[in-house]
Formats: sequence, C-alpha cells, structure tokens
Amino acid sequence: MTDAAVRGGLVRRLPYLLPLALFIALAGYFWIGLGKDPHAVPSPLIDKPVSEFILAPLEGRDRGFTSADLIGQVSLVNVFGSWCVACRIEHPFLVTLKREGVVPVFGIDWREKDRQAGPRWLAEHGDPYTLVGDDPESRAAIAFGVTGAPETFVVDARGIIRYKHVGPVTADVWEDTLGPIVRRLQAEK
Amino acid sequence: MSVEFGHFALILALCVACVQGSLPMVGAARGNAAWMALADHAALAQFLLVAIAFGCLMHAYVVSDFSVLNVAANSHSAKPMLYKVAGTWGNHEGSMLLWVLILVIFGGAVAAFGRNLPPGLRARALAVQAWIAVGFYLFILLTSNPFQRLDPPPVDGRGLNPLLQDPGLAFHPPFLYLGYVGFSMAFSFAVAALIEGRVDASWARWVRPWTLAAWTFLTCGIALGSWWAYYELGWGGWWFWDPVENASLLPWLSGTALLHSAIVVEKRDALKGWTVFLAIVTFSLSLLGTFLVRSGVLTSVHAFAVDPERGVFILALLVIVIGGSLALFAWRGPQLPAGGLFRPVSREGALLLNNLLLSTAAAAVLLGTLYPLLLEATTGAKVSVGPPFFNAVFLPIMAPLVVAMAVGPLLPWKRGDLGAALGRLWLAGIAAIAAVALGWLAYDGRSVTGLLGLGLAAWLFAGTLIELFRRIMPTGGLADAGAAKGVLRRAAGLPRAAWGMTLAHAGLAVAIAGMTASAVWKEERIQVMRPSDEVRIAGYTVALSAVEQVPGPNYDALRGLFAVGRPGQPPFTTLAAEKRFYSVENQDTTEAAIRSTVWGDLYAVIGEPQADGRYVTRLYFEPLVPWIWSGVGLMVLGGLVSLSDRRHRVGAPARQRASAAVASGAAAE
Repeated sequence: MTDAAVRGGLVRRLPYLLPLALFIALAGYFWIGLGKDPHAVPSPLIDKPVSEFILAPLEGRDRGFTSADLIGQVSLVNVFGSWCVACRIEHPFLVTLKREGVVPVFGIDWREKDRQAGPRWLAEHGDPYTLVGDDPESRAAIAFGVTGAPETFVVDARGIIRYKHVGPVTADVWEDTLGPIVRRLQAEK
Repeated sequence: MSVEFGHFALILALCVACVQGSLPMVGAARGNAAWMALADHAALAQFLLVAIAFGCLMHAYVVSDFSVLNVAANSHSAKPMLYKVAGTWGNHEGSMLLWVLILVIFGGAVAAFGRNLPPGLRARALAVQAWIAVGFYLFILLTSNPFQRLDPPPVDGRGLNPLLQDPGLAFHPPFLYLGYVGFSMAFSFAVAALIEGRVDASWARWVRPWTLAAWTFLTCGIALGSWWAYYELGWGGWWFWDPVENASLLPWLSGTALLHSAIVVEKRDALKGWTVFLAIVTFSLSLLGTFLVRSGVLTSVHAFAVDPERGVFILALLVIVIGGSLALFAWRGPQLPAGGLFRPVSREGALLLNNLLLSTAAAAVLLGTLYPLLLEATTGAKVSVGPPFFNAVFLPIMAPLVVAMAVGPLLPWKRGDLGAALGRLWLAGIAAIAAVALGWLAYDGRSVTGLLGLGLAAWLFAGTLIELFRRIMPTGGLADAGAAKGVLRRAAGLPRAAWGMTLAHAGLAVAIAGMTASAVWKEERIQVMRPSDEVRIAGYTVALSAVEQVPGPNYDALRGLFAVGRPGQPPFTTLAAEKRFYSVENQDTTEAAIRSTVWGDLYAVIGEPQADGRYVTRLYFEPLVPWIWSGVGLMVLGGLVSLSDRRHRVGAPARQRASAAVASGAAAE
C-alpha cells in the first residue's frame, strides 16, 4: 500500500472515528469528575452553627426542643413525621441507639397536621429521642435546611452542623458513615 | 397475584434475554436458520414474562398492597383509581419496569409481524434488543427492585406526589417511553446492519416506520408534558428549557433528523453512514433522557453520591451501549458502500441541510444541558444555563430550518432549480409579509423576533399548502367540472405519507405561530386582591368575586372565583382557580383556571391568603397558546396518517417481500 492510499484510508475513516473519540472524552471527563469527590458538600449549612429555634413540646409532654439543647455534647438531630413511610424503616435502629446510649438523638416532628399524630406514633413505635420538638411550621426544619424526611444531622458539641444524611438511618449507614463521624467528633472533645 | 411471582418472571425474562442475545447472533453468522428463528420465540416469551411482572406490580398498586415497599412509598389508599394505576410508573422503579415492558412489546412486534424481514437482519436486530433488555433487567433487579417487601407493612402509603396526580402527567411517561424505546428499534436495526455490513433501501424501509412511530409517540409525550407544565405548575409558561425538558427534546431533534435521512437512504441509497450514526445517537440520547431524568443527575451530580450504586450502574450502562455502538460504527462504518451522488440543490441536499441544522440544534441543547454538570463534576462550581442561552442559540438555528422546510419538498431528487422552487413560493412570501403586518397591528410590543416568528410560520404554512396544491391541481386550471373531479381523484390518490408530511409541516407552522406569540406578547398581572377587586388585562376585566373552601377526593381546596367580562359590561363567564392541599403528602398544588379562545388563553391563579383577608392572584393573557396544542396535534396526526401508508405497513406487499428474500439470501450466504 502506498502512503497516499494509507492517508486516503485514514481520511475516510476519520469521520467515523470522531464520534467515538468525542464520546470517550466526555465519558472520561465524567468519570474523573465523579471519582474525584463523590461526597461533595450536600448542604450549604454544613460546618455552620445551627440557627436558633425553639420548638414547642409534643402534646402531653412538658419539654420541647431548642437549639440550646444541642450545646455541650455531640448529638444526632433526626427529622421525622408520622406521615413519613421511610421513617418507619429507620425507627427500630434509632430505638436501639437510644437503648445502647451511644449518642443522644433529638427529634424534630415535622409538619404534623394533627397534633395527636406525633405522640400517638411514638407511643406505638417506641420513643428513641432525648427530646422531641413539634415543628408544624417548619421552623427548625428551615434552620437545618431540611428538604424531606427522614433526614439526620450530626451536630458537634459547639452546636455546629457537621454532617447531613438524607434517607433512613439503617445499621449499614451507621456503620459506614454516621458512626465513624460521631466517634471522631466525640474524641475531639 | 403476589409480587414475588412478578419478581420471578422478571428474573426468568433476564435468562431468556441472555439466550436471545447470543444464540441468534451466532446463528446469523453461521447461517443456522433454527438458531436465528429462536430470536422470535424468545422475544415473545420476554414479552409475556415482563407483562406478567408489570401486571403483578400494577395489581399491588390497584389493591393498595402496602407490604410492597414501592407501593407504600408511592401510593395511598385514598387515591382515585386512575392515579393508583398511574402510580405504577410514577416512581423510579416502576418507570424502569414500564421501560422494559415497552421494549419487549416492540421486540415482540418485530417477532410477530416481521416475517418479511431478511431472517439474518431480524435475528441480529432482536439479539441487539435483547442485550439492551439485559442491561435494564440487571439494573432493575440489582439496584431498583420494585418488588421489595416492607416488614412490618404500614397502615397506609405515603402517597403520590400531588403534582403528578393529573391526567396529563399520568399518560405523559408512557408516551415519552414509547418514543424513547421506539428509537431502540432503529438503533438495533442500525447495529445489526453494521454487523451485517449492509445498509440498503430495504433496510431503510424497515427502519422508517419504527422511527416514525417512535417520533409520533415522543411528540405526543413531550406535548403532554408541556401542557401539564402549562396548566399545573401555575407559572403560565409551557417550556422552561429545564434539563428534564431538554432531555426529551434532544432525542426528538435527532429523531426528526433520522426520520428525514432515512428517506434519502430509501429513495436514493445515499447518506447511509450518516443515517446509521443518527440512529445510534438518537437512541443514546433517549437513554440519556431516561436516566438523567429519573436519577436526578441533571439537576445535581450529587444524585450519584446519594445513590452511588445506581449512578455507577447507569454510567456503566451508558458507556457500554453508546461507546460500544460508536466503536462498532468506527470499525464497520467506513466499509459501508458509498451511495448515490447528488447536487447540493436537490431534495437530498435539502434533507441534508435539515439534518445538519437539526443536529446542530441538538448539539447546542446538549451542550447547554450538560455544561453545568461537567463544570460541577470537575470544579464543583454551580452554574445554571437558562432560557437566554437556549433562545440565543436555538432560534437562529431553527429559523433557516423553517425557511428551508417550505422549499425542500418542491425540489426534485438529484438536481433541482432553486430559482424555480422559490418562484413557486411567491404566494408564501406574500403570506409571510401579511402575517408580519397583522402581527404589527394586533400586538403592541414591537418585537422583531415575534414578527419574524409569525412571518416564518405563515411562510411554512403557505409553502406546505402550495406543495400540496401542486400535486393535486391540474396544469390547465379549474376550467370545467371534470378538472375539479380530477383534483379530488388526485387528492385521494396521494400516498398517505405525502398527506402525513403536509399535516406535520403545517402543524409545525401553526405551533410556531403559537409559540412565538405566547412567548413574546404574553401579558401578566400579579397583585393582592380582596373579593370584588377588579383587574384589567388584555381587554378583559377580571374581578375576584368569591373565595371558598371545597373538599376534594383526597385534598382540600381553596377556590377563587373570577368573574370575567369586557369593560363596562356584565361578566360573561366565571373562572374557578384552585389551590389544593394534599394532607397525605403534605403538599400544595396550583390548579390554574384557563379560558381558551382562538386568540389566546386567559389564565388565572389564586395564591396564599394574606393576614388581612386578601389573596395573591396572578392573571396572564397568553396569546395563541391553543395554536401550540393544535399544531402539535396536527403533527401527531401527520405521523399517524403517514404510518398508515401502505408502503410502511408491517407486512409489505409481495414485490418487496421478494426483494427482501433476495437480500436475505445474500446476507445468509
């Protein structure tokens, strides 16, 4: 084959190769980008102090939950609601956490339409919370930047939000992410 | 029917698909007829199995079986039956199942009705389909299992997002998927043709109806989604250049290009490599659309972080399907024999121009949609590319396309005369000028874009009619009764495909007029009103006459009644806009009240009550919006009419079958 023929073949092949080359470049770009920082900051409120809030107690209880309660120890803040199906999945594990006394869990009972619903739900499924606040108007939920339930936040002893977990807290989630963070923060103190 | 039965059927379908993906492919390579024929039986078996799986899930929704996690998370016992059924696909897992269901319906259709296809091509195409199905079965079974149980079962479900509880959106995903998945047929035929090493007229004749069907469904699906956004979101707009919308527009643009380039392959045996490439690209964009919408990747890369298992699977699947087919194209594409030659000014040339413009438009939209994502993936910076970008790049590409659309059909194949074609369009030129003048008089804002849009719409509409009349008018004019009869005879004798083109092109013209006017000359009034307050908009007086509380089947609504009239006259109609609260899902929706006339929609929205007993209200006048929906309706009708063309119909005439048999003999060697 002469040089000209080789060049001719290449010129003929080039348009067919171009799409593949472009696609590989694009896919590679995504792959590197995703591999670089898969756990990028999921909320702008991370590493910021919790804004102040005061939540009323649930019906039939005398203490609510305020931002001041978070100072002095590492704690979990869990957003739930009796209307939230996925909250049922994590609930037994939260009860276990409470029984083992690993870390205090504070509850935000979010957007209950009926004031009876939250207490009734806790009476039925068990109460894993150190303190629970009633948040029908999303006051605390806004302070934490909650987008849905369930969500769980790790707050350090100075009242700074250190981590946000979206979705149910299961044993796996605890082992892989939340547990190590909580232990590290508890050691910091 | 228990969901475990459905789960089992789906696993079985995976096994069948593995067989269908391998043995017929080997059979086609070795010329083993029995192995090739296996593809048909396997395709029908897959159809049956996935139908069972889907039926089981739907049954769980209908009877509200909350022990199924998917049902508990997405349904509620107090929901109307329509939305219980639609809830089956109103979530990620269920929609993936719907996707494969449609895939196997198409596969089953090829197996059942594709008897006149060359057996080698049919076996290979079905094998490629099976591999796509394998990818999706694995995705569903490993990462998105809709059949997972929940123990203990909750008393009631979480409900379906109220925004989705709407007839427009209940049927939007199935149509969209019929479009997306329909393009998989063109893809499978393209890959099969690359493996076989032959792309010819009979191949194009087979690809065209599938592409046309997919295009028709996709057009309908996009319109349903847009219509839903228009009346349900309460923002008074019908297109927002939202990533989710762009994801459906992309395959539509390249699919439209494919539709036209396949004509060139069939009639003139040219543009073969390009058509195969478009088939690959269109389905790739469909896949992108399916996943990016569902996984939420387009709004943020974090969807991958939240759910890395699914994210990596999706990325891997995209890389294998798109990368694999493009690699095959790079390898086998250059070996496709070159086709017929043509001059730039010819029907082929016009269709090529159409393809170039549509592809450029698709590339621009793709860039605008992916760029924020790319930037975020690499630098973490968040940017948003909004309507200004898309309008600035999309409209200048579309304008020449519309100009050329009126000219192209008037050009003959191979070599045309541009001057002569333009000469025949003098009436369209006058129509365009008349439309600009009318727009100038009718609307206050002197928008150049708006007037240009109206002019283009009139040009295309008139040009399309001129092309039709040239086909059916006698050369001597309508002198006597016999000539009139001849017109009717010729009109009846026109191929359905020609009528389809006329309808679709005219429909686009009507839709362009609507899109232009509503985008440019929309009027908007936002205010706080107390009952009996009055607002003037677009020559109407709109008074808030009463606000009342009404219960719905699974929501409570705040209903605002607006009395509409002309200034100085008693009101002639009442608009009832609602704000609905869905207690199960804890969410509000807006139900706009719309009064449609030929010249536009009066659109009213009632908002939050204020402390002093007043209400935020928004009123819009949207000029020519009904033209958008009727224009798209004409396009869909055009697609359907064209599909009914004898030449497209599955089970083509014997003459074609004979040539197909010859081709298959050559393929089987």
